[in-house]
Order: sequence, then C-alpha cells, then structure tokens
Amino acid sequence: MKSSVHIIGYEFELEKYASFSPQTQRRLAQNREAARKSRLRKKAYVQQLETSRLKLVQLEQELVRARQQVSHLIKYTTQPNGAGIGTFEMEYAHWVEEQHKQVAELRRALQAHVGDVELRMLVENGLNHYANLFRMKADAAKADVFYLISGKWRTSVERFFLWIGGFRPSELLNVLLPQLEPLTDQQHAEVCTLRQSCQQVEDALSQGIERLQQTLSQSMALDQSIGGSYRVQMAAAIEKLEGLESFANQADHLRGQTLHHMARILTTRQAARGLLALGEYFERLRALSSLWAARPREPT
Amino acid sequence: MDRVFQLAAERPVVMFSKSTCCMCHTIKTLFSDFGANTTVYELDEMPRGREIEQALARHVGAGSDFPVVFIGGKLVGGANEIMTLHLNGSLSAMLKRAGALWL
Repeated sequence: MKSSVHIIGYEFELEKYASFSPQTQRRLAQNREAARKSRLRKKAYVQQLETSRLKLVQLEQELVRARQQVSHLIKYTTQPNGAGIGTFEMEYAHWVEEQHKQVAELRRALQAHVGDVELRMLVENGLNHYANLFRMKADAAKADVFYLISGKWRTSVERFFLWIGGFRPSELLNVLLPQLEPLTDQQHAEVCTLRQSCQQVEDALSQGIERLQQTLSQSMALDQSIGGSYRVQMAAAIEKLEGLESFANQADHLRGQTLHHMARILTTRQAARGLLALGEYFERLRALSSLWAARPREPT
Repeated sequence: MDRVFQLAAERPVVMFSKSTCCMCHTIKTLFSDFGANTTVYELDEMPRGREIEQALARHVGAGSDFPVVFIGGKLVGGANEIMTLHLNGSLSAMLKRAGALWL
C-alpha cells in the first residue's frame, strides 16, 4: 500500500519537478547529492562507533586481566611467603645447574690429573657453592620454614632421605668415605671423630624437634575454646612454631661445618674426589626420581 | 648482669634456658650425651628470671635467643657456638678443664 502511494507520490513529484526552472532543478539535484553524502558520512561514522565500541570492550577486558596480574604480583611480592619462596625456587634451579657444571669440571680435572693449584680452586668453588645454598635456605626459612623443611623444593627420592630440610651429614660421610680411600691413620681417626660428633649433634637436634612436636601436640589437644584462653593457647603455639626456624638453621650449620672439617682433614685431591662423589650422588638421586616418575606401570 | 656472672661462676656448666624452648632441650641432650653435668636455670620458672633475661639480652645482645651457655664461668654462647665448638673438637677439652666431665 505504502509503496503504491510512494510511487504515486513520486510520479506526482516528477511531474512537479519537470515544471521547475533549470536553476531550481540544479539546486534540488545538489541538495539530493548533499543529502546522499551526508547519509554516507553518517553511515561511516556509525560504523566507526561500532568498531570503537568493540575495541573498547576488548581494552576493558585486557585492563581487567592486567589489573588481576598486578594485584597477584603485588600480593606475591609483598607477602613474606610469596617473594621469599619464589625467589628461592628460582635461585635453587640455578644452583642445581651450576652444581652440574662444577661436577663435570671436577671430573674433567681429576681425569686430566691437573695440578693442586687448579684443584684447590675447584674445591674452593665447590665449598662456596654449598655455602651459598645454606645462605639461600636461611632466607627461605625466614619466609616459610614449613616449605623448607618439607623438602618440596627437592626431588622425590631426595625427600625420602630428608632430615630437617636436607641430608643427614653423618649419612653423607658414609657415602663419601669409600670414595676417599686410601686415608692415613691420622685422617681415619679425625674422620671417625667428626662422624661421631656429627651423629651426636644430629641426635640432639632430632630430640629437640621431637620435643617441639610433642609439646605442640599436647597444647593443641586441649580444648581452650572459651574466651581469652584460645588466644593465649594459639599465641603460645605460634611462639613454638617460630622455634622451627632455628632448627632449620642449626641443621644447615651442622652440614656446613661437616663439609668445612672434611675439607680441612683431606688433601686437596681427596677433597676434590669427595666433592665429585657427593655431586654425583645427588645427581643419581635426582635421576632416580625422574625414572621413578616415568616408570611403566600396569594399567589398573 | 652481676647476678648472671655470679650464678655462672658457681658451676662448671651453666645454662640459662626457658622451659618452652626446644633448642635448649637439644643442648641439654647434647651435654648429657657427653656425661657433662649441666646446671640449668629455667628463667620462665624462676622468681627473678625476668631480670636475668633482660640482663642477658643487654649483655649477649641476641634478643631472646636461648640457651645461653657458660663453661667454667665464661660465656660461650648459644646452640650455634656449642655446635661449632663440638665439631672442631674443642668442646670436650673445655668441659674437662672446667671439671664438668669425669673421664
């Protein structure tokens, strides 16, 4: 209906148009052109708006994601746990890589029968490398002692041997000794004394930690849910847990001292062999962990 | 601090401790392993323990780090120092000189 009216109207317009003067006709044509251009511009403008709107939505989403990342980063770096442990994990990964290099270097040097001066340097590097590890662990203990003593940062087999956040020094001496023969009688005596002292300190530390567990367990077993007693109970427990950091530190102190005294007792060449044996031992344990994880299993 | 030195001089091995401190228990265990006779003062259970604790903090410096060990009347230090001395072999000599060991 509408269209027929339109057509009738248009025909009427055409008739009217024909009666206009050429100037008027030209003016009307110009008006039509201007209107057409205006419509096109409007269409372009609207399309631009649409595109901009889509872009805006995209940017808003990116902003939300970026804000989430920033807040995660802020939480991660301002909470004592976050920064300390993240840094430690990264540094430890580098430490393991560096140790691998040092072990290879020691093997090469010993096979090539290099002089004592060069060996001495390699031994110093090795000892410093372990000292660095203990320093890193001390920082990690401040950040999150439970993380450290859980051994989460070590491979599964290493964790199996875990004693207060690391290896038992006396056990490492047992690993080392066969590799160091022949030892003089004097050296034998000194190593035995060292091993005995080491075991005594280990036992004392173990008993100290057991006592911590027992007393903590006992205090947690009491129901102090009424009023202020709960706060007191928890505050005392927190104080107890804070003591764990010194156990972690003393255990590492023991490890460091054991290494130091072994290096003192042994000749440079023996010390180099000892560090090589130790490094290879750790590498084998790590390899075993990987093999264990990848072992073929019967489908259940 | 006088009181501290007074108490420290009375016995061959004197340990200032706290009953709740498990590192103190570690050092006590170590000394008893050697058969060393140790006199332990549990500062949280003594009438004037707070005074002694404050005097120690001022003199030894390391906050409330226990145990604090004296051998033969002389300040040796805490767990760290005791372990260092034991591993370098000087601890048993010190204990013998102070008359803490019977062998």
